[in-house]
Amino acid sequence: MDRNEKHITTPLTDETVRSLHAGDQVRITGVIYTARDAAHKKLAELLAAGESLPFDPAGQIIYYTGPTPAPPGRPIGSCGPTTSYRMDRYTPALLAAGLKGMIGKGRRGQAVLDAIRENTCVYFSAEGGCGALLANYVKRCDVVAFPELGTEAVHRLEVENFPVSVFCDWTGELYSPYL
Amino acid sequence: MSLRQIDARRLTDAVAELYVRACLVLPESVKAKLYAFGNPYIIENFEKNGNIPLCQDTGMAAVYLEVGQDVHLTGDIPAAVDEGVRRAVKEGYLRSSIVADPLRRQNTGDNTPAAIYTELVPGDRVKVTVAPRGFGCENKARIAMLTPADGIEGVKAFVLETAKMAVPDACPPVMIGVGIGGNFDLVAHIAKRAVLREGPNPDSFYAALEQELYEATKKFSIGVNILAAPTHIAGLPCAVSIGCHSLRYASEVL
Repeated sequence: MDRNEKHITTPLTDETVRSLHAGDQVRITGVIYTARDAAHKKLAELLAAGESLPFDPAGQIIYYTGPTPAPPGRPIGSCGPTTSYRMDRYTPALLAAGLKGMIGKGRRGQAVLDAIRENTCVYFSAEGGCGALLANYVKRCDVVAFPELGTEAVHRLEVENFPVSVFCDWTGELYSPYL
Repeated sequence: MSLRQIDARRLTDAVAELYVRACLVLPESVKAKLYAFGNPYIIENFEKNGNIPLCQDTGMAAVYLEVGQDVHLTGDIPAAVDEGVRRAVKEGYLRSSIVADPLRRQNTGDNTPAAIYTELVPGDRVKVTVAPRGFGCENKARIAMLTPADGIEGVKAFVLETAKMAVPDACPPVMIGVGIGGNFDLVAHIAKRAVLREGPNPDSFYAALEQELYEATKKFSIGVNILAAPTHIAGLPCAVSIGCHSLRYASEVL
């Protein structure tokens, strides 16, 4: 195991979030929820209307991905991260509602970085373009909201040792080998 | 002079097979570049993908048809291509990522329509190339209508600025395609075609420029390919198209 590799389970507590530092290699086990562009728009509309979300965001992680259909005998198809900045407009409201973590790829805007600090959250990066590899760490996949969105529906994933790294930690420190 | 007849249904078969193959298996020349770059996650991803797509974004299907002028394709060509895409998506478990309208955003459910590019060439063959392009990298493309006074230094600055803005959002290591010349729409087209070029640039002037730009970007790139075209006395169009490391394409000659 990598010297700096850490294992965490969901849902996340503030204590867990504070134990993670920019650049750490992290393995996630537990439940995570998928949402990308179209689902974020719907989640934001629900929050703005004061309605409850289809899952309780408290302590949870959202993974920005839209998987390919599961072939026979597998729980999910290819499921790598999509580019995160497209979700920036919707993110601060979700973090204020209790969401603790996000998994995606690439840079975030300043408003998101500020919201990460203010709410003690963490933004993880998964290896972009490696959806076939990352599918191996997903043990179960169920659609829990917005099935009409197809790949963009909210899926509940059960993951084991899902590999990510910390791109932005709760103090706002950033790490990427490409920055 | 007689025309060679090719039934458009053969086009459907070719597109269906090529689209799935492109999503599952990288071309050997791309693999060689990625072995040289050495990211173990990426190598494991394409070596052991378990018969599912290398990347979940199986793209907007770009289909290039180089049609021999002595060929008569019988049937409805766009419909035949789209039927190939539809079949590939169903049989290959590819993702449906296309919305029918950019603002009303209803997913078409079968990843059609394809973006079809036709080019007339000499001969009686049809070369079909399917190049799925995900939008993580497509969103990072840029065009600049530079002026002649901007010159080669202006081109270099624009390419490097665009490449640095592209990572890490587009999946590195990236292939950087550069179009120089032509007009507003042609320069984008040749930048995108440049991404798919295999082998060295036959023009030593541009080969040297490619090498210089690659040296400046090799921390996050696997190459820089340039395609140049004649342009106007008042212009120096420049376009940069970014290909992610899942640089997918497959071809067949009918």
